Amino acid sequence: MTARLLEIEDLSVTYRTGEGDVPAVRGVSLTVDRGEIVGVAGESGCGKSTLASTVLRLQPPSAEVSGAVRVLGDDVMTMRWGDLRTLRWAGASIVFQGALHSLNPVHRVGRQIAEPIELHEPDLAEGEVTRRVGDLLEQVGLPAARAAAYPHQLSGGQRQRVMIAMALACKPDLVIADEPTTALDVMVQSQVLDVLSGLVAELGVGMLFISHDLSVLADLCDRIAVMYAGRVVELGAADEVFTRPLHPYAAALSAAFPRIGDPAARYAPAGLGGDPPDLRLLPDGCPFTPRCPRAVEECSHAEPPLATYDAGRQAACIRVGQA
Amino acid sequence: MSGELLTATGVRVEFATRGGQVARALDGADVQLSPGEVLALVGESGSGKTTLARTLMGLEKPAAGEVRFGDRPLDYSVKGLRHLRRRVQMVLQDPAGALNPRHTVYDSVAEGLRIHGLVDGDPQGRSETETVAAALSSAGLRPPEALFLRYPHELSGGQRQRVLIAGALAMAPDLLVADEPVSSLDASIRGEILALLLKLREELGLGVLVVTHDLGLAWNIADRVAVMYLGRVVEQGPTEEVLSDPQHPYTQALLSVVPETERMEPVVLKGEIPDPTRIPGGCRFHPRCPALADGTAAAAGVADACRGTALPVLPADPAGHVVACHLATLVGQAGESSS
Repeated sequence: MTARLLEIEDLSVTYRTGEGDVPAVRGVSLTVDRGEIVGVAGESGCGKSTLASTVLRLQPPSAEVSGAVRVLGDDVMTMRWGDLRTLRWAGASIVFQGALHSLNPVHRVGRQIAEPIELHEPDLAEGEVTRRVGDLLEQVGLPAARAAAYPHQLSGGQRQRVMIAMALACKPDLVIADEPTTALDVMVQSQVLDVLSGLVAELGVGMLFISHDLSVLADLCDRIAVMYAGRVVELGAADEVFTRPLHPYAAALSAAFPRIGDPAARYAPAGLGGDPPDLRLLPDGCPFTPRCPRAVEECSHAEPPLATYDAGRQAACIRVGQA
Repeated sequence: MSGELLTATGVRVEFATRGGQVARALDGADVQLSPGEVLALVGESGSGKTTLARTLMGLEKPAAGEVRFGDRPLDYSVKGLRHLRRRVQMVLQDPAGALNPRHTVYDSVAEGLRIHGLVDGDPQGRSETETVAAALSSAGLRPPEALFLRYPHELSGGQRQRVLIAGALAMAPDLLVADEPVSSLDASIRGEILALLLKLREELGLGVLVVTHDLGLAWNIADRVAVMYLGRVVEQGPTEEVLSDPQHPYTQALLSVVPETERMEPVVLKGEIPDPTRIPGGCRFHPRCPALADGTAAAAGVADACRGTALPVLPADPAGHVVACHLATLVGQAGESSS
């Protein structure tokens, strides 16, 4: 058993559309080990959700993919269909945001959790499946009897827990969580995050956790990758990236959620002006230049590569280390 | 107009459930908003914060208690509500859903003006186009003419939220009620929209009632915070005091789970807010209260009161810091007598 669960190598995903090619992911490399939570941060359109779905080859057919994604050493992009089916759910599973829309409203939640188990282990006795469903619900902090409930009878937080139980149903090694707490309020969010980090610690699974909220990632993750315009612009230990960001974009994300009690944040919400770039018309230089508070003339010459700094931290910005 | 813009006193709002029970969404809530003030109503889902905002706007009629706008009780006649809605404008949570996808930006912003027939009676004699352009540029959409004929799907999330705010501003209101104005927006846009609300208060003297579960947002922009739990305000006061020195165990728990607050050990409350058809006796928070569970309340000798003695409705005093908690009240009194 290798420790390396997920290895993404120089992955690029381009959507072919009628209005031109949209390079949603541009040369991303990232790894997730067993027992590790890696966060991916960025705003809408930065490519983080495309990255998540491409890991399980769930990207739309119009997408052109290059590079490699290896889960447990096997290349997902070249895998045979049968192997891919086994991989989805049993090797790796996804928790999407918006549990209300992802659960089937006319089936009891226990049934929905049982479905992937029955598909992947058709020889399992019915009683055994029921017991597994009960165990899974308890693992995520719901009473086993909740298996009989319909989605509308559960609150938002409970539904999100059901989604997590479902993702764990086939004992995957890797869990991909795409904004699983975004629609929840703070108390429920922290309950769900507790469940997730408990599972990673207990079961030794690895997790790729996607969110636009850097403060949530800083609390939960071991490492954080910050994405902008389809590329990783900063990568490092979670605390470091949040408290001492190198890239100006990471700094803006970090400042977006104030530290309560910080007098400097009173009546001074920190925002980032402008909009993310149109991916069809990317400039030659760093795509963050038009919004960057630290930009200099040189920034528009060439897109900076991800360079390594102290303590294994990485950032793609020529201004790092400059006054 | 007198000192207060909008006040709620002892407001109770009830909904009948399908089982024939009565859910008390608001169970005696007092709040008060002064002109030009930013007040944040915070709490979990189900705390009654949105119901209170809706009641203040006349969208729910209270079963008991009173809402006053200026020096008069709210007039629930069609004409009265029409008058109120010109002065009090709402900005909704989900800008993608709140804008009609088949209306241009211009039509969305002008709709309120047309409904209220405000163009002919404009005090400065401005045309509809001028008013719409002014509202868009106040909301930070410049140049406004460039956006007139755009449709919502052509805009970014932040721009849509600004269009909604512009629609409210076109009416020249005294007060904006914003329900989770940034929760569906990206972190990078969030600060921009909050800065806009502050700027509008500065430039137009606009009062803002913001409903949110995001305490960081309250810290960013609110003058005062009212923390709600199960239909009541349980702690209220100036933002610095409530968020830096929270007295109620519920406020303390809410603050402790905000991501990346290092100074506090997270207190994750079990479960969710109880069903409002069965509000617990005594202090309504006692079944989930960490201070009661860990024996702090018992050591202070208030455990029986927590379980059995109901707390009074907190006064909506705009200056003071008030809390509805047996334990905090006791500690507060001890602190006062020793100093």
